Amino acid sequence: MAETPLLELRDLSFAYPESPEPVLRHVDFVFSPGQRVGLFGPNGSGKTTLLHLMMGLVAPTGGEVRYRGRPMATEADFREVRRGVGLLLQNAEDQIIYPTVLDDVAFGPLNLGLAPALARVRAEETLAALGLYGFEERLCHKLSGGEKKLVSLAGVLAMQPEALLLDEPTNGLDPDTRDRIKDILARLGKPFIVISHDWDFLDQTATAFYTIDRGSLTPTPQSVLHRHLHSHPLGDAPHHHH
Amino acid sequence: MIDEPFARGRSLVHGLDPRAKLVACLALSLAAALARGYLAPAAVLAFGALLVLAAHPPWRLLLGRLLAVNGFIAFLWLVIPVTAPGTVLYRLGPFPVTAEGLRLAALITLKSNSVFACVLALVCTSTAPALSRAMTALHVPRKLSFLFLFTYRYLHVIAEEYGRIVTAARLRGFVPATDRRTYRTYAAILAMVLVRSFDRSARVYQAMLLRGFSGLFPVLATPAAGPRDAVFLAAALIAAVAAAGADMVWSGWHG
Repeated sequence: MAETPLLELRDLSFAYPESPEPVLRHVDFVFSPGQRVGLFGPNGSGKTTLLHLMMGLVAPTGGEVRYRGRPMATEADFREVRRGVGLLLQNAEDQIIYPTVLDDVAFGPLNLGLAPALARVRAEETLAALGLYGFEERLCHKLSGGEKKLVSLAGVLAMQPEALLLDEPTNGLDPDTRDRIKDILARLGKPFIVISHDWDFLDQTATAFYTIDRGSLTPTPQSVLHRHLHSHPLGDAPHHHH
Repeated sequence: MIDEPFARGRSLVHGLDPRAKLVACLALSLAAALARGYLAPAAVLAFGALLVLAAHPPWRLLLGRLLAVNGFIAFLWLVIPVTAPGTVLYRLGPFPVTAEGLRLAALITLKSNSVFACVLALVCTSTAPALSRAMTALHVPRKLSFLFLFTYRYLHVIAEEYGRIVTAARLRGFVPATDRRTYRTYAAILAMVLVRSFDRSARVYQAMLLRGFSGLFPVLATPAAGPRDAVFLAAALIAAVAAAGADMVWSGWHG
């Protein structure tokens, strides 16, 4: 393959200090530009840990993380990863740092070294692009759950990452907000890895699928994804099955 | 929930630049607090009261806060007049009430209420984020203004966390009483809040790292102050200086 992978995991292992069972055993994984990866697995299987390892939030017990072909080891190395890749945390409340929306969305751009005036414009533009025009002076703790999720996404996107890691982005959201996030991802056209238990969401957004279970990561054909019962509260509105 | 009832409003005072208000509040409070006589605090109280009137605060809440401040002062009235040395005016049982004691208690009451009026009209009429921005613009050390801002931000989170745990306890039939079990339950609830807050602080720090945090806190620029802010600040500073000057003259006369 001619293209350098964006992120690569080589023989990666991870275990929590207090637990004898490793979470990940000798995982190899390549994330290339243009890929849209869906990742699923049972609770506690290490999905979130995998994303945190990629971003350097936790250190592996074995193996290495590579970014654009170069091994990443130190905190300084991973600062570079965090400039290029945005991770949307599972809990929006954790991701929002400032009490007001504009200050929060401008936090990343300011850390990237943008001048305050430019950071403000960048934050305002990002909010507008996500349909959050007029939210600038709103107080974060008074936003609804869906609004918090969108503001936390704006904080990630304001850094204009080339790729996204999304940790259960639709968890606990109403169908409208869920659809907005789906539209935003489609519109951005950026490569991403998304963790989700939301099969429909995965099916409609991702193009490659992996299952993580008992420490290993295995490619999964899309055809096995959509095997579950569901109800159609909206009657027979158009939708598609595999 | 933690709220900022006095910061909501559309009055002239609310519209003033928080930087001008902070500087004015500091100057007026100093003029009142450092005075030796009644004149300066009385003048500051009048100025502050006018500003409070102009801010149209929620009056019931204002009354509550006034009572809270003066509740403390009531205790001083119980102690100072009978403990301060000086000319004895009369005796309350075994306790001598001195003129100096009464004068001191009156002065403290006047000073406290004048500073209270200024803080209420000039500080409480801005939101915490706006105040933090003003502090940064006034070159207050970044660590202080961010400590203030983060305290505000996470007070809400911790209050919500506490609320959720208490709700969970109530849903499972917990009714507070005055017994050991209630104390034990409250101790457990507080411990849970502490542990969860600690966990959350670790996650928030990770989120900051993810967004490129490297130990510095750059901030967005504050909008420029207008002529109205300049006029207000000039008036407040003149009032503060005049009050302080008058106090010096007054204390010159009275030794």
